[in-house]
Amino acid sequence: MQQGLAETMNVPRLSPAARKRQLREKVIASLITAMAFTGIAALVLIIVFIAKEALGLFLDAHAREEASLSKMFLPQPTRPGRPPAFMWQPVSAVPKVSMIPLFIGTLKTTLVSMVVAVPVGVAAALFAAEFAPRRLRELIKPVIELLAGIPSVVLGFFALMVLASFLQDVFGFTYRLNAVVAGLGLALAIVPVIFTVSEDALTAVPRSYREASLALGATPWETAWKVVLPAAAPGILAACVLGFGRAIGETMIVLMASGNAAIVSADLGDSVRSLSATIAAEMGEVVVGSPHYSLLFFIGVELFVFTFVLNMVAARWTRRVIRKLTGGAS
Amino acid sequence: MKHATRRTLGGALTSLTGLAALLIIGMLVVILLDVLRGGAGRVTWEFLTKPPSDGMMAGGIFPALYGTAALTLLMTVAVMPVGVLTAVYLHEYASPGSRLAHWVRLAVVNLAGVPSIVFGLFGLGFFIHFVGGNLDRALGYEELHWAQPGILWASLTLAVLTLPVVIVSTEEALRAVPMDHRTASLALGATQSQTLVRVVLPGALPGILTGAVLAVSRGAGEVAPILFTGAAYFLPELPTSLNSQFMHLGYHTYVLATQSPDVEATRPLLYATVLVLLLLTFALNLVAVVIRTRTRRKAANAH
Repeated sequence: MQQGLAETMNVPRLSPAARKRQLREKVIASLITAMAFTGIAALVLIIVFIAKEALGLFLDAHAREEASLSKMFLPQPTRPGRPPAFMWQPVSAVPKVSMIPLFIGTLKTTLVSMVVAVPVGVAAALFAAEFAPRRLRELIKPVIELLAGIPSVVLGFFALMVLASFLQDVFGFTYRLNAVVAGLGLALAIVPVIFTVSEDALTAVPRSYREASLALGATPWETAWKVVLPAAAPGILAACVLGFGRAIGETMIVLMASGNAAIVSADLGDSVRSLSATIAAEMGEVVVGSPHYSLLFFIGVELFVFTFVLNMVAARWTRRVIRKLTGGAS
Repeated sequence: MKHATRRTLGGALTSLTGLAALLIIGMLVVILLDVLRGGAGRVTWEFLTKPPSDGMMAGGIFPALYGTAALTLLMTVAVMPVGVLTAVYLHEYASPGSRLAHWVRLAVVNLAGVPSIVFGLFGLGFFIHFVGGNLDRALGYEELHWAQPGILWASLTLAVLTLPVVIVSTEEALRAVPMDHRTASLALGATQSQTLVRVVLPGALPGILTGAVLAVSRGAGEVAPILFTGAAYFLPELPTSLNSQFMHLGYHTYVLATQSPDVEATRPLLYATVLVLLLLTFALNLVAVVIRTRTRRKAANAH
């Protein structure tokens, strides 16, 4: 007996075949673990190489003179006798490189798209999660996912060819392509995102919440509005943040439907130029290594940072909703 | 408020939400009908198999179809191994509290949110200038050979863009394989890698295919990343080598819609191109949805 115990106390001696097999397993495991680094590597490489090309703005003396940070964000003198203004005209005798018209353009289109997409998307999600009979919900979800599958270039095409004419007939815009047209096209792109994530958040609310509310005498609408919606609120906010991030970064729709005029104006019926559309439109004709080239990459860095921050915020909110619903519901 | 009033008010507001859902579906129907009406007449077998003619005013879109197919094929070859193995690490090999797994998941979520134009810049700055430039220098090319837009760099850029799609789909597929299968295999003496190759991966194959199909669907539709990494509008011949430029359905749509010299003449061409692109994307998404529902039903029955 003791001998048996003593034997088991020693480390078992592996046969050569078994040892080879263990080694092979370790190699495969480390190869697969190494593969996992590519995800992180890709993200790091993106920011490193975009920042690298944008760095020319800060290192090259000529570029610094043409496109300094103050030139990008502070009003610059224009013609003598006129007040200083924000202008984006990098291709001219005196390059004007203010980012402000581009920021304003991006904000205008994003604002229009959010004002339309958030109520419609959340309301539709509420309908699908709370009020629709199960068979209808099984129909609505895939159909809206079909809308999500439409390439953004097709949505831009639709906004350019159909929406613009329709809206001009209805609202009488001076410019056929403007912030409203681009914003509505963007809304088409982000409504599926807001719908899907909101619907997930609403269905994640435990059934006990609804049953308790109904048992206490609330109508289905009151249950949805006062119990379920507040419970799913962080998830719905995360959906809105994701939609916002998508709208800011979306390129093709705005490129095709916004009129591409980099001006500073509060009128939504004016043409606009967004950050991403600027990169797309001007990168084709820029000289590699020129200040304009570095400037476009700098816009890319700005876009990356915005969406990165938005994503972190949305991720944190989704985590909070999961914790609240699984930890709090007992 | 009386209960009856509350109920009618609730009913009215409920109908409003139903209207919102109807609005979304209605917009989808409007888009589809408009594209069908404008393009259905033009999409014939000849349209799909002949190249453009008459200075891009007539003819077919075969080179764009070929370019899109070649691009997505290269992209799939690049993204599938990396994506599947990363998902395998996250689901099969990573320990529950692993810091690396946490960072990888964070990176994947953030990668999914990067704007597509930024991927285009990445393709330009990293693949074309850095990798291509160093490759030219190492291989001794005098003029630009690899350091210029081409189908290889465009497909690698799209591979990075669709990496999150593949990773998420594969993880979902791995989750659908019942744990019992793994434990049974290990109990019978198989090693972890043998279990992976002979039990888990074959069981997860439908979901992995879904990921591939979804990635192809994204790749066929995204235009911003390929704008300056390789897409072109007018090419006299099909792409024959890895550093050739290529035509692409989405890029073709963009140019026809915004830079056509004669809008009325190219309008039927534009609509037909959009119709082909839409049909392609929908067919791919439909295949992915079908595979996914079959997998989910199988997983639900297995538990």
